[in-house]
Amino acid sequence: MKDDVTSREDRVANLKGMGCERKRVEDARFTQGKGNYVDDIKLDGMLAGDFVRSPYAHARVVSIDTEAALQVPGVLAVLTAKDLEPLGLHWMPTLAGDKQMVLADGKVLFQGQEVAFVVAEDRFAAADGVEAVEVEYEELPVIVDPFEALKTDVVLREDLDPNADGAHGPRKHPNHIFTWEAGEKEATEQVLDAAEVVAEENIYYHRTHPCPLETCGCVASMDKVNGKLTLYGTFQAPHAIRTVVSLISGIEEHNIRVVSPDIGGGFGNKVGAYPGYVCSVVASIVTGKPVKWIEDRMDNLMTTAFARDYHMHGKISATKEGKITGLWCHTTADHGGFDACADPTKFPAGFMNICTGSYDIPTAYLAVDGVYTNKAPGGVAYRCSFRVTEAAYFIERMIEVLAIELGMDAAELRRINFIKKEQFPYHSALGWEYDSGDYHTAWDKALKAVDYDGLRKEQAERVEAFKRGETRKLMGIGLTHFTEIVGAGPVKNCDILGLGMFDSCEIRIHPTGSAIARLGTISQGQGHATTFAQILATEIGLPADSITIEEGDTDTAPYGLGTYGSRSTPVAGAATAMAGRKIRAKAQMIAAYLLEVHDDDVEFDVDRFVIKGAPERFKTMKEIAFAAYNQAIPGIEPGLEAVSYYDPPNMTYPFGAYICVMEIDVDTGEHEIRQFYALDDCGTRINPMIIEGQVHGGLTEALAIAMGQEIAYDEMGNCKTGTLMDFFLPTAWETPNYTTDHTVTPSPHHPIGAKGVGESPNVGGVPAFSNAVHDAFRPFGLRQSHMPHDHWRIWKTANDLGLHD
Amino acid sequence: MSKKMHIKLNVNGKDEEFLAEPRELLIYTLRERLNLTGPHIGCETSHCGACTVTLNGKSVKSCTMFVAQADGAEVTTIEGMGSPDALHPLQEAFREHHGLQCGYCTPGMITRAAKLLEENPNPTEEEVRFGMAGNLCRCTGYQNIVKSILAAAAEMNGAKEAAE
Ligand code: FES
Ligand code: FES
Repeated sequence: MKDDVTSREDRVANLKGMGCERKRVEDARFTQGKGNYVDDIKLDGMLAGDFVRSPYAHARVVSIDTEAALQVPGVLAVLTAKDLEPLGLHWMPTLAGDKQMVLADGKVLFQGQEVAFVVAEDRFAAADGVEAVEVEYEELPVIVDPFEALKTDVVLREDLDPNADGAHGPRKHPNHIFTWEAGEKEATEQVLDAAEVVAEENIYYHRTHPCPLETCGCVASMDKVNGKLTLYGTFQAPHAIRTVVSLISGIEEHNIRVVSPDIGGGFGNKVGAYPGYVCSVVASIVTGKPVKWIEDRMDNLMTTAFARDYHMHGKISATKEGKITGLWCHTTADHGGFDACADPTKFPAGFMNICTGSYDIPTAYLAVDGVYTNKAPGGVAYRCSFRVTEAAYFIERMIEVLAIELGMDAAELRRINFIKKEQFPYHSALGWEYDSGDYHTAWDKALKAVDYDGLRKEQAERVEAFKRGETRKLMGIGLTHFTEIVGAGPVKNCDILGLGMFDSCEIRIHPTGSAIARLGTISQGQGHATTFAQILATEIGLPADSITIEEGDTDTAPYGLGTYGSRSTPVAGAATAMAGRKIRAKAQMIAAYLLEVHDDDVEFDVDRFVIKGAPERFKTMKEIAFAAYNQAIPGIEPGLEAVSYYDPPNMTYPFGAYICVMEIDVDTGEHEIRQFYALDDCGTRINPMIIEGQVHGGLTEALAIAMGQEIAYDEMGNCKTGTLMDFFLPTAWETPNYTTDHTVTPSPHHPIGAKGVGESPNVGGVPAFSNAVHDAFRPFGLRQSHMPHDHWRIWKTANDLGLHD
Repeated sequence: MSKKMHIKLNVNGKDEEFLAEPRELLIYTLRERLNLTGPHIGCETSHCGACTVTLNGKSVKSCTMFVAQADGAEVTTIEGMGSPDALHPLQEAFREHHGLQCGYCTPGMITRAAKLLEENPNPTEEEVRFGMAGNLCRCTGYQNIVKSILAAAAEMNGAKEAAE
């Protein structure tokens, strides 16, 4: 036993465990240009693949002539659906229970659809080959409007039996995919009929795209000698990809290794399986060489993974005093040509049924109809947990509309309807059990921080000044109180393609007291290598700096469902803590043996086990690690390792209060964000620096979505926003500074009480920005105007309200 | 395929000489030919800045320049900015102030910021935001990037003063 010279405080600090602002271990390589992203991978003899894409949104493919392309120097092969058909790979299953063409099988359903795959010696030759493929199309009528799709005789999916059920039950029309319901229809209708006040509104959450700075891509390498396929790619769920590849290719799973290297942002774009992956694998099998496929930006925006596109029709009822009595919502969901949502199987509309939000609404009903149109497939969760952004936007707009109907202040209306602290765990009318929350405290803190009453006074004065002709600028105060549902999820009701949504962590302690931990998740910028080591440091008492975190290689990492839906901390974070506790349990026995006392007589203290009541007698975790390997201890196996597969008992429910103050120029439609205050409650905080960074980033994505970003089509189904010229990504110049704040309401069922935060700012940010725009025009009679609120649309709103007269 | 062109470049202090197709883009030369995968591709339409390098003393988006246009030029990429033992103050500052998340924009950001600080060693926050507007980041919301650059500026000015 040694002298214990360092203070307890120093020992805690030395661990860099939970709650400290540990600097990121990832940054050394990224700041020096030494990241390893998929496009950085170079293998011997590697070929390049590129797609021939459809210029039409709906057309028959009459013929494909690859003759000339095969003559292009450097071109080795051109794959079409005919080549894939014998392998059964011309179609593939989607994550939503539908199927999708890998390469056009007789027709195309959206502009940019994959028609043929050219494999060549390099990117340039592949591009030349693409140019030389001749495809004859016969145009078909194009349907871009989901409401029209349900009326027309034009059948988009001729491959489906119109009379057979879809993956989620009966279909009402050949272009209909599913109806999904939650809550009580009749009871809700009765409440609405009998209500003192009802507000009704149509709210459209437009189509947009996650657009990470790095596009999707992969390198497939079939080693014919060993029969082993290695697939590197931008995968947010590498293990699920391995299983899917195995299922559709017939290659046994142990012969497939999937690797997600560094990923340049995901935001939901990189969850799904895309035709490019399948074609690269086939091309590698055919040529016996590694094949790389990397999307260009246009491919990315036009074809892989759009988000949102929900037409939501809402009714909300209340007493004259503003107590909400019922909520009704019907959503028409535009899924494009294939239903390629990334949602848990039983939730074809994701967690849209969190749309009662932060409010105690006794009766509610939700129905969602999924529809096919001639647009790109997808419906991914763009930095949100499966349609939570749509749900939050819906309820936060409905609250504002109800406030107008009641002539009430929207902050007060929220306050009187919040679920109260003592009501948790709270059972919502649409079927969820909210784990914990303290909405009133968060709300009051937020209103006070921005001097809400002062702002309202200023706003009223501004309106008067505007009416007197003294200013042309209006002021909007955008309020939001959101509740997220993340951490999918309990395996009993959450799976993707039958794969249960648990997650995992495996820890190996080395004899000298350092460690490696591997997880089933994969960072795309969230800093897992930093934060998971912090969780472990606190749990096992070894410094975070001595713990390596590894993810993304299916040959080494334990099976897990990956990173999206803010599930890493709630699920893999929990697995990490649980595995850490297993290590600790064994360490306790070793310590007791070394200290020659009973197991129960020692207790854990920061970085050591001490004898209860005699803390000067202890064994550090470092000493215990060494003994675990090098000392024969009766009844205890050598080594110090643990693995945990964590199936969460419930989701977690982070929440937050956001307030945006915006100035709007009525004549130009330009806006200026004067102030943005974001209070987040994500339960226990692992690394405040990283949380803050996540909030800044998520808010900026929300700013983009609310104020300008969209995937727009013309009536011919041409995508009008396929480049970064047309698709809005804010620069540093357009982005404001944000003020972040927090409260801490731990999750009662999570081992460390953490809830997850990455997606909250997108979920809460969009309604905050949008409500600010609406609020500015509220005194002039605006109830609802659709996003994105770009300069033109804001100008148009002002014009429609007669403010230019 | 057209006739190859004879190109000479000096990249990060090293002379390079090779035959290139006329349509070869500078970013391709750097990433594929010279194995400098620090500069990234985010758009290839001059919008994102992930491919930013310094060319003859100017910030250039290397995705929209043919290598033929760069013949004879001096090019600096992120790989030429510092070494593991002697990081550039911007590299330190981005780490210290959490100026990056996925890291994909980072090499372009740092390369561009270095040029910005060379031209304006004492920028205001506004000048930094304006000067960095050609570089997109999808992760950070820029707040900590701006903070990192301002911190690096202060650090570099401090070092200069100490040296004088
Ligand atoms: S890749 Fe060059 S600006 Fe985007
Ligand atoms: S850190 Fe991901 S794009 Fe900037």
